[in-house]
Amino acid sequence: MKILVFVEHHEGELQKSSLGILSKAAALGAGDVAAVVLGSGVESFAGRAGAFGASTVHVADDPKLEAPLPQPRVDALAQLVEQEGFDTVLFAQSILSADIAAALAARLDAGLNWQLLDVVADGDTLVGKQSALGDSVLVDVGWTSTPRLALFRAGVADPVESGGDAAVQKLEVTFQEHSLAAEMVEQAHEESSGPSIEDADVIVAGGRGLGAPEGFALVEELAKALGGAVAATRAVVDAGWYPYAAQVGQTGKNVSPTLYVACGISGAIQHKVGMQSSKTIIAINKDPNAPIFEYADLGVVGDLHQIVPKLTELVRARKA
Amino acid sequence: MRQAALRGGAIVSVRAMKIAVCVKQVPDATVTKRIDAGTKRLDRSGEGALNPVDANAVEEGLRLKDATGDGEVVVLSLGPEKALDSLRKALAMGADRAVLVSDEGAAGSDLVATSLVLAKAVEREGADLVLFGQQASDSDGAVLWAAVAERLRRPMISQVAELKLEGGSVTGKRQTEFGYDVIRAPLPAVIAVADSINEPRYPSLKGIMGAKKKPQDVVSLADLGVDAGAAGTEGSRTEVLALSDPPPRGETRKIEDDGSGAEKIVEFLVEKRLL
Ligand SMILES: Cc1cc2nc3c(=O)[nH]c(=O)nc-3n(C[C@H](O)[C@H](O)[C@H](O)COP(=O)(O)OP(=O)(O)OC[C@H]3O[C@@H](n4cnc5c(N)ncnc54)[C@H](O)[C@@H]3O)c2cc1C
Ligand SMILES: Nc1ncnc2c1ncn2[C@@H]1O[C@H](COP(=O)(O)O)[C@@H](O)[C@H]1O
Repeated sequence: MKILVFVEHHEGELQKSSLGILSKAAALGAGDVAAVVLGSGVESFAGRAGAFGASTVHVADDPKLEAPLPQPRVDALAQLVEQEGFDTVLFAQSILSADIAAALAARLDAGLNWQLLDVVADGDTLVGKQSALGDSVLVDVGWTSTPRLALFRAGVADPVESGGDAAVQKLEVTFQEHSLAAEMVEQAHEESSGPSIEDADVIVAGGRGLGAPEGFALVEELAKALGGAVAATRAVVDAGWYPYAAQVGQTGKNVSPTLYVACGISGAIQHKVGMQSSKTIIAINKDPNAPIFEYADLGVVGDLHQIVPKLTELVRARKA
Repeated sequence: MRQAALRGGAIVSVRAMKIAVCVKQVPDATVTKRIDAGTKRLDRSGEGALNPVDANAVEEGLRLKDATGDGEVVVLSLGPEKALDSLRKALAMGADRAVLVSDEGAAGSDLVATSLVLAKAVEREGADLVLFGQQASDSDGAVLWAAVAERLRRPMISQVAELKLEGGSVTGKRQTEFGYDVIRAPLPAVIAVADSINEPRYPSLKGIMGAKKKPQDVVSLADLGVDAGAAGTEGSRTEVLALSDPPPRGETRKIEDDGSGAEKIVEFLVEKRLL
């Protein structure tokens, strides 16, 4: 097998989730493993991927790759796959990687399997372990042709340092017109303001079920009574109800408190991946079919506007 | 050209346009989703519904159309014939037409095959803007738009939580792992919206009655000029090999709030020594 791992970077750092997949690919022992790092000014640090199992790191250093947009990267990867004959291309799930992987699948007429937790190699065949239908079933998935493309769920593999620097090989990319049509107007930036939730022992989280930004007052009161921090879903952060720094999930924070109380949260898979390692999960949701009830230790089907204020009172009374 | 107000009063100038919204029928939320062990495909025999977050894409399309004064919103879908029932919800919300690609030869299509068929359907409509929902509840993929955009050779912006249309371009604000991006793309473009972008309207009774009379085309692969071998199982590049149970999770308890929900939670916290 000739495996290529797409390694993402941010502010000069190779991303841990990609390096984890690189280590996983190297540990397969199924053949040659290379990494690819795309961007502008990336040559200085791309070679570090070697420490995590890449024998070669392909680098395209081009101002057109400066903004983290997917489509120019599809051109780079398609070219690399064709030139070097990679039969497998692996990605760690991210906003950027998912778009690249799917577009690359269309460009190369290649199979893409996603939500993979693991992959096993048997000779020349590869089998993906996919968690599907809200984690209710594990599916062994395969590819009927090469190249095989795969997106792993974020955080399924930790980086393992096993080697030294890799040989860096430069790539000159020829871009297609449509790939350069979208432009970054304003770059993403980390918002440092807001509370820190990663170390909290108790978290009370709110979602769109709060109904309005003011609904967060209920969550804040309960958090205060329990001595915990407040967290939020992407839906309400996007809507401007609560700061991004408090978001839990795939594009937010990973938390594992002793207690996680979810109020008005449906429990989508991208939220779950950020809080499923909480020791005890309590969910309050008025929809008995909400996915969060599949993994909450205690689920209460009801109106949070009734339950949460009462709960806050009771907790206060017990603590008094 | 005329001035129109969009989201929170942002004033932008827009022109009439044709908007295609890709939507999917998925098993209704009340149905326990399962993969058939025999066919290794999702069991679609139970009740179906419009994929909930696709209503956000329909809503955004309707808002853009309203802002442009005239124009058209067409919903496009690939699925079994009964998916029409779900497309009607989009028509009841206000979409003008529905096109369903339904063909035995397309059953079992994976990402590459589905994207090929949908791209052909979009091309046939000649849409200026193609909208997608956040993710299909039965695939958890959140990827299809990128493959369709690539086939159409058009720019794409995904996870859009705020969309602005200005003359010949669209600007989207979206969240990534690092904060927020603002991305601009010239039309024609492909946009995938986030579920936070709007609050989908409820269809009115009039809308529901009127939906039945709106054009609903069911087309075949041949109608779209897609070769038989390019869709369905044959056109797909992935396969399901085996199914197994996920690792057992801890015990879960679910109770109805009969007025004592808060007390029950406190009892539970005490039992777990968390209070
Ligand atoms: C690539 C990608 C990345 C993502 N990253 C993240 C992430 O990092 N974090 C994240 O959270 N999401 C993320 N999402 C979004 C995720 O898929 C869901 O859309 C989101 O988590 C939903 O937020 P929510 O639960 O607040 O809203 P909804 O899904 O709308 O759920 C609201 C819930 O509130 C309940 N409710 C309503 N009223 C009441 C009431 N009065 N009392 C009790 N319950 C009530 C409803 O029954 C419903 O279940 C991501 C999605 C994608 C595609
Ligand atoms: N069969 C389909 N027909 C039309 N649109 C679809 C279909 N499947 C998915 N979509 C659209 O693509 C989005 C993402 O789907 P997915 O990548 O499968 O999660 C959905 O929210 C829909 O807007």
